[in-house]
Amino acid sequence: MRRDARRRPAGLHTPGKATTVSDTTPPPRAIEPRESAFNPDRLDRRSWISTLALAPLTDLDALWDGLADKPSFLWLKAPQRGAAMVRARAGGTGQKFNLGEMTITRCVVQLSTGEAGVAYVAGRSCRHAALAAVFDALLQREDEMDGPIRRGVERLAREIAKRRRRVANEVAASKVDFAMLVQEAGR
Amino acid sequence: MFSTVTGGEAAIAAAHELLARKRRGDSRVAELGVDQVREQLSLAVDRVMSEGSLHDPTLAALAIKQAQGDLGEAICLLRAFRTTLERFGETEAVDTPSMRIRRRIATTHKSVPGGQLLGPTYDYTHRLLDFALMAENEDLPPDPAVAVAEVVPATLGALEGNALLEAALAAADDAEPGDITRDTITFPSRRDVRLQNLARGEEGFLQGLAYSTMRGFGRNHPFIADLRHGEVEVELQVPELGFPVCVGEITLTECQTVHRYPGDAARPPQLTRGYGLSFGQCERRAIAMALLDRAMRANEFNEEAEFPAQDEEFVLAHSDGVEASGLIQHLKLPHYVDFQAVQQLLEKLRASWPPRPQEFPDDSE
Repeated sequence: MRRDARRRPAGLHTPGKATTVSDTTPPPRAIEPRESAFNPDRLDRRSWISTLALAPLTDLDALWDGLADKPSFLWLKAPQRGAAMVRARAGGTGQKFNLGEMTITRCVVQLSTGEAGVAYVAGRSCRHAALAAVFDALLQREDEMDGPIRRGVERLAREIAKRRRRVANEVAASKVDFAMLVQEAGR
Repeated sequence: MFSTVTGGEAAIAAAHELLARKRRGDSRVAELGVDQVREQLSLAVDRVMSEGSLHDPTLAALAIKQAQGDLGEAICLLRAFRTTLERFGETEAVDTPSMRIRRRIATTHKSVPGGQLLGPTYDYTHRLLDFALMAENEDLPPDPAVAVAEVVPATLGALEGNALLEAALAAADDAEPGDITRDTITFPSRRDVRLQNLARGEEGFLQGLAYSTMRGFGRNHPFIADLRHGEVEVELQVPELGFPVCVGEITLTECQTVHRYPGDAARPPQLTRGYGLSFGQCERRAIAMALLDRAMRANEFNEEAEFPAQDEEFVLAHSDGVEASGLIQHLKLPHYVDFQAVQQLLEKLRASWPPRPQEFPDDSE
C-alpha cells in the first residue's frame, strides 16, 4: 500500500483520510530494494526535487547564473530552518526506531506565472532551499519540458550518479582477500 | 541539593574572557576554521553528531571549535541547539540495505558476496606516530586506485539463509516507534526505544559495557556478521506534496552481530542478532551498540539478566553523556549550605561516639 502511494503522480497534496493500519497482522514483507526517489534516468517531479536537494549548492548557483531570463517569485513560505527525525529499522529491515535528528531547511515559492515550487533540503542553507524551490516551479512550466532548465537538472542528476560510481570504484580497489593459514590435521 | 547563589557577574564575565583567549591559543598560529574542523577532524565531527543526536556536520564542527575540542562539551552544545529546532516531521526509515558502500567487512566467512572492502580504515595501520604529518603539506595524496565495483548485497552475505540464524525481523511491524526526546522511558523497555537511547549514548560508556560482556559479565559470544559504512538517501514525506522526496544523503555506520544462543524449550540452539547504527563513520560505537542491543534482549530469550550490560534499567538510565556530565559537573557549583548541614550532622554524631555499651535492663524493683 505504501509502495503504491510512492508512485502517485506528482502534484500538490489534497488532504485526505489518513491511512489506517488494519487489525489483522499483515504477512511479513519480503525484503526487496526500495525504489529511490532520486532516479537520474526518470526525471519526474519526485526525482527532480530529489536531484535539486542532492546537488551541491555551487552547481545550483551555476545553473541559476546561466539563466537568460530570471523569473520573479513570491514566498508562499519563507525559508525556515528546522529538523526531521531520521528513522531506521532494527537489523536494516525490522522494527522502526528513531536514530536522531538532522537539520532541514524548507521553503515554498510561487512564480509570477502561478506555479508553486517546494523545497526540503538537508542542512541550513536558505539559498539552497530557495534555488531548489524556484527550479521546481520552473520545471513545472509546460514550455520547459524540453528547455534549458530541464536539461540542466538532468545534467545535475547525471553528475550525482557519476560521482557515486567513481566513489564505488575507488572503494573497490580496497577489496581484500585474506589468505588463511590453516594447520593441516594429523601433522 | 544545591542552593541558589547570586552575584559574581563581574568574575564570570572575566572568566569568559579568559576562556575566549585560551580558546584562541597563541595568536601567531593561524585560527582554525570551522570548515577545517569539518573536513579534517571528521571522525570527531561524526561522534559529536551521533551523541548530539543531530546530523549537521558544519554545526558539529562549530561546536568542536567552540568547545576547544572537548567533545563532551561540544555534544552538549549541539544537543542544546537541537531543542531549539522545529521538527518538520519524521523521515521514511532509511534503507540501509541500499547503502552505497565505502567500507564493508564480514568476519564470519573469508569470502562473502560482494567481497570484503577495507575502505578508509585505521585497521591494519601500525599505530606509529606519522611525523610526516607534522610538516604542513599542501599536496594531496595521489588519486586513489580504481577498480570496477561489484554489487554488495543488502543482506548479511554468507550468513543469510543460514538455518541457524534467527529469522530476520519482519518489516510488517510498522508500529510508531517510541521517541525518548518526547517521552520518558518506561520499563520493561521496547527494543526501538533502547536502540534510540544507545544511538545517542556516550561512546566510552557503551564501549566499557560492551567490553564487560565479552570479558564474562554477560555471555554474549559475538561475531561481526556485517560492518559497513556509506551513504544513504533520506526521504521525507512532504505535506505540501503528499509524497516522499529525498532531502539529502547522510553517512551511516551499520553493524550486524550474531551471537551464540543455546536455545530454550521453544527455540532451538541458534545465532541471535544484535544491531548497531550510527551517524557518520563510528565503527567502535556501532559495534558496542550491537553488543548491548543483544545483551538487553535477554528477556526475549529467557536469559537471566544478571550482569550490568543486561540490565536495561541500569544501561538506559546511565548511557546519556549529556545527563551524566550534567550531574558530575554540578558538583562544581557552590554547595555551601549543604556542606554546613553535613558538617553539623557529623558533629552531632561525633558527640555521641563511640556509643556507650548498653546494659541489660534490671528487673529488680
